[in-house]
Amino acid sequence: MTELTSLTIAEAREKLKAKEITSVELTTSYLKAIDAANEVFNAYVAVTPEKAIEMAKSSDARRASGTVGALEGIPLGIKDLFGTRDVHTQACSHILDGFKPKYESTVTQNLWDDGAVMLGKLNMDEFAMGSSNETSYYGAVVNPWKANGSNQQLVPGGSSGGSAAAVAAHLCAGATATDTGGSIRQPAAFTGTVGIKPTYGRCSRWGVVAFASSLDQAGPIARDVRDAAIMLKSMASVDAKDTTSVDLPVPDYEAALGQSLKGMKIGIPKEYRVDGMPEEIEKLWQQGIAWLKDAGAEIVDITLPHTKYALPAYYIVAPAEASSNLARYDGVRYGLRVDGKDIVDMYEKTRAAGFGTEVKRRIMIGTYVLSAGYYDAYYLQAQKVRTLIKRDFEIVFDAGVDAILTPATPSSAFGVADENLAADPVAMYLNDIFTVTVNMAGLPGIAVPAGLDKKGLPLGLQLIGKPFEEETLFRTAHVIEQAAGKFSPAKWW
Amino acid sequence: MSVDLATVKRVARLARIAVTEEDANRMVGELNGIINFVEQLSEVDVSGVEPMTSVTPMDMRKRKDTVNDGSKAADIVANAPNTDRDFFLVPKVVE
Repeated sequence: MTELTSLTIAEAREKLKAKEITSVELTTSYLKAIDAANEVFNAYVAVTPEKAIEMAKSSDARRASGTVGALEGIPLGIKDLFGTRDVHTQACSHILDGFKPKYESTVTQNLWDDGAVMLGKLNMDEFAMGSSNETSYYGAVVNPWKANGSNQQLVPGGSSGGSAAAVAAHLCAGATATDTGGSIRQPAAFTGTVGIKPTYGRCSRWGVVAFASSLDQAGPIARDVRDAAIMLKSMASVDAKDTTSVDLPVPDYEAALGQSLKGMKIGIPKEYRVDGMPEEIEKLWQQGIAWLKDAGAEIVDITLPHTKYALPAYYIVAPAEASSNLARYDGVRYGLRVDGKDIVDMYEKTRAAGFGTEVKRRIMIGTYVLSAGYYDAYYLQAQKVRTLIKRDFEIVFDAGVDAILTPATPSSAFGVADENLAADPVAMYLNDIFTVTVNMAGLPGIAVPAGLDKKGLPLGLQLIGKPFEEETLFRTAHVIEQAAGKFSPAKWW
Repeated sequence: MSVDLATVKRVARLARIAVTEEDANRMVGELNGIINFVEQLSEVDVSGVEPMTSVTPMDMRKRKDTVNDGSKAADIVANAPNTDRDFFLVPKVVE
């Protein structure tokens, strides 16, 4: 018998339905796998075995009584950014020490309402600020992938590095993640998994620790396109508690899989061909173009002229919003407090001890660009550039393009504790060069594995769609997946 | 524009983050690196362009101005580092 943890969500769903396995059996297999391997990967920062078994038992009981949700009995990992009632929720920050909310985020509640089981909370960059998962207070996550013939530890990407590593190493059937500038798609690309950032407003942000409110969106990381479609269907909803959530019906994304690409127009933006990009990535991109052409899509060259300004605009808008959102961590209402000689001293000492270097850096940038005399030059200018970035996409979509194909990342996974990246924050920020435009314009984007580089590490392609047309992305990504095949790391752990 | 040591200290004060002399010195270089990187935005012609306030054109949903939640004082103070009954405790603010 194959290991239960090797089943995709869709496969496990069938076996559960046929009563070949129970959710308790499936959940127990995952808990054992976590027990055996979490020390190696550091993917989970909190495992909740009692809760998992209890939820699995309830699921089996529901199934026995004939009530079956869309994710009935499926064990999932949850990024530490999602508020989970009475369970560790710290955005992997020291400043939220001991925080266990008395509420449940809308996205996770939707998953539990559909019958899913929680295995625990997943590691991430502190407050989702990072591209390597190394800014976590709980330490770096190790990528299950290694380069051929090398024993070097690689990062899983970030900020949803724990989610991506846990999915790739089969320590959960699927995971929730969030994406503010690429935090779902970049780690998915680094681990050979599928990650989708839906359109801004598709998933409720309520109960999710806020980083940059106008950019943050939740989405799944899963083993394949079908599993990502199944998960997003459950995660998405309109929510009275998030006024930016959109009141549109959630389509059956899975039904889009297998549909033909005939008559579809795929845009190839010339601005995504950047200096110093490895030849392999260009080759992969050309391969992706060929696959879509073979499937009947029409390929057109397009231009998105403001692409190069997306990352600098992001590094004004995101820190500005973060500096405001993170003002709430003051040692009064939750988490860490460091005593001081008066209240201001207490605030300053608490925040100095509680935030890590990258978070402080972004709060400082945000505070600076919003401060008197600089607001117009930086923040207002960035918000205007953001309008232009969105307009670039609108022009292309108005001309009949259905989706845009780009590389997902400018490289494959890099080493843990890379000295060059540690010395230069901007070099690390460049990881998000292909993904950040999508957040700035509020569009949906999916990263799908498309091949391995010569080191044997996974590389991903990204598809960008029109607002609320996630179905087009699933349909197109599925064609790439069918052509490229699926990629799993050789098990060394 | 470039950031000097005095500016770093002023911004840290505004952000309510205590910084040591060593932190502040390190941050001067890092913040200048980032500011130089974002500086390229100034070359974009934005004349007549409205700043983005919302990625999706939408009217904010409104609800009736009635109480729909509450009586959760115990939950609200449950995670606080220092409380007395249903109050947050902070160092003395008013003499």
